[in-house]
Amino acid sequence: MRTLMKGNEAIGEAAVRAGCRCFFGYPITPQNEIPEYLSGRLPEAGGVFLQAESEIAAINMVFGAAGAGARVMTSSSGPGISLKQEGISFLAGAELPCVIVNIMRGGPGLGSIQPGQADYFQATRGGGHGDYRTIVLAPCSVQEMVDFTYWAFELADRYRSPVLVLADGVLGQLMEPVTLPPELKPDNGNKPWATTGCRGRKRNVIKSLYLNPEELEAHNKKLQEKFGLMQREVNRAEKYRVEDAETVLVAFGISARISMAAVEAVREEGIKAGLLRPITLWPFPEGILQSSLPKAKKVLVVEMSAGQMVEDVKLTVSGKLPVYFYGRTGGLLPSAEEIQTQIKLLEVKVSERSLCQA
Amino acid sequence: MNAVFARPRAMTEQKTHYCPGCTHGIIHRMVAEVIDELGIREDTVGVAPVGCAVFLYNYLDIDMQESAHGRAPAVATGIKRVLPDRIVFTYQGDGDLASIGTAEIIHAAARGENITTVFVNNAIYGMTGGQMAPTTLPGQFTSTSKAGRNTQSAGFPIRVSEMLATLEGATYISRVSVHNPAHVIRAKKALLKAFTVQKQGLGFSMVEVLSTCPTNWGLKPTEALAWLEEKMIPYYPLDEVKNRLEV
Ligand SMILES: Cc1ncc(C[n+]2csc(CCOP(=O)(O)OP(=O)(O)O)c2C)c(N)n1
Repeated sequence: MRTLMKGNEAIGEAAVRAGCRCFFGYPITPQNEIPEYLSGRLPEAGGVFLQAESEIAAINMVFGAAGAGARVMTSSSGPGISLKQEGISFLAGAELPCVIVNIMRGGPGLGSIQPGQADYFQATRGGGHGDYRTIVLAPCSVQEMVDFTYWAFELADRYRSPVLVLADGVLGQLMEPVTLPPELKPDNGNKPWATTGCRGRKRNVIKSLYLNPEELEAHNKKLQEKFGLMQREVNRAEKYRVEDAETVLVAFGISARISMAAVEAVREEGIKAGLLRPITLWPFPEGILQSSLPKAKKVLVVEMSAGQMVEDVKLTVSGKLPVYFYGRTGGLLPSAEEIQTQIKLLEVKVSERSLCQA
Repeated sequence: MNAVFARPRAMTEQKTHYCPGCTHGIIHRMVAEVIDELGIREDTVGVAPVGCAVFLYNYLDIDMQESAHGRAPAVATGIKRVLPDRIVFTYQGDGDLASIGTAEIIHAAARGENITTVFVNNAIYGMTGGQMAPTTLPGQFTSTSKAGRNTQSAGFPIRVSEMLATLEGATYISRVSVHNPAHVIRAKKALLKAFTVQKQGLGFSMVEVLSTCPTNWGLKPTEALAWLEEKMIPYYPLDEVKNRLEV
């Protein structure tokens, strides 16, 4: 059955269906519909909804709840996600699973409440202090907000790691029909490491401090092995008309949706363009991108930022093809027409190009 | 033969790392004794702070989580909301609780979060080497107030217990000291009350324990005990600051 839902509310419902019974958050636009929805839905389902005194408190409540074995989520945007970074580092260090949703807005600073994609670096490089990464999933529709939130809980538990869902203000506010997944039972069991009171077993300790350098290095090695495993096992991207494409666009989230319309439009005019849409932003789907360039002569990255994912694209393409960039900031969406213009500019001779190579 | 003194079941056999004359160890032991007496060892989850007591989980034989600096009340809130029938407590220093973690402790108390906080006030930042704390007394020498705490520029020490007592959600708040055996016995009683408040589901409870830091105070252990009594107690009066339900 299809239901019409707003992106942010769909995330809330998907979390409950994934067996999450615990949410801690602090209000910030453009993600307020997530806590608003859950403030009703969770108590109804016998769960916990708590509006924390700050994002710092919220992420540390997430830490406690995750350590107690619960499926737990928090959501925020821009400044709030920055405040959570110390906590995310602690969650990664202590290997606690949780889901963190970032409905991106414009930055830096207070920036704006309009959509943005400029938290890509923060999300894909760990974000806080120390050597760690978190899986980052980038939906581009309300259906994917549902599916990826659901998937995020599974990944978090599988790897005992925080998982980020990285969307933006447009997707958060968008209304689309969705098919909701089946409701899982809240399952806090099967986490023998959780601190639940040491009934009939040895005590459990959840921590990230290793004062002995050899011990900390061993811990880091173990974490790096886990991140390596994620890189091998969690790679997803969508290919669109890349088989014969001479110009391959790379874009994620809402930028990818607009880029897809631009690809269709220029195809009508006989220009061979295609699109690769990374779904896992970390691990970055390098292999899938490499296999999307059989006929490519150039790559165009489109983002709602001054250019962040373009660095991963350049690393992947590794100098074999020219990589160009087109971005809008400030909460402005790139229009399909603007992107078409950029694609066409790449068709003219190098000397006449006004586009800069990224 | 009757054993008259033994290690509490809730303590591990590990030797503590504390400096000579530091009273963290006494406070650890009291917490362990209370856990034993209430029979809650397997039902308790503790939250360790960032500070000298971060290794509390090496000494208590119970489930524990290590928190980020100051965030123990938020971590404890997360645990307690998931496991409402378990006993959840935080153990925090004055830098942890009264400076970086001020918001978390105030809001945990305001929510009437059914947790217990053991607040160890030694008027200084111990772990980082003796810097000024929010509880450092006027005129007290520390490594960042070398001429003595100047209230003109550094303001005044915070009486956390009195401040939290104004909150409706706080059920039981007591300030005690451990500078001599008679006070240790009183401190233990206060801790027992605080944990009992939680066990009965009555809301937020906290015991502030005035504690020594001879190393960073630059005093001998015995001098430190005297300094606590002469200097700290006048500013931080020992009292059952709040007992809303007369437990
Ligand atoms: C975010 C953050 N800031 C600073 C520190 C450094 N730090 C560690 S312990 C501490 C002070 C601890 O003092 P207190 O809470 O009074 O406990 P004590 O060591 O005296 O028992 C500080 C500032 C840290 N670990 N994390």
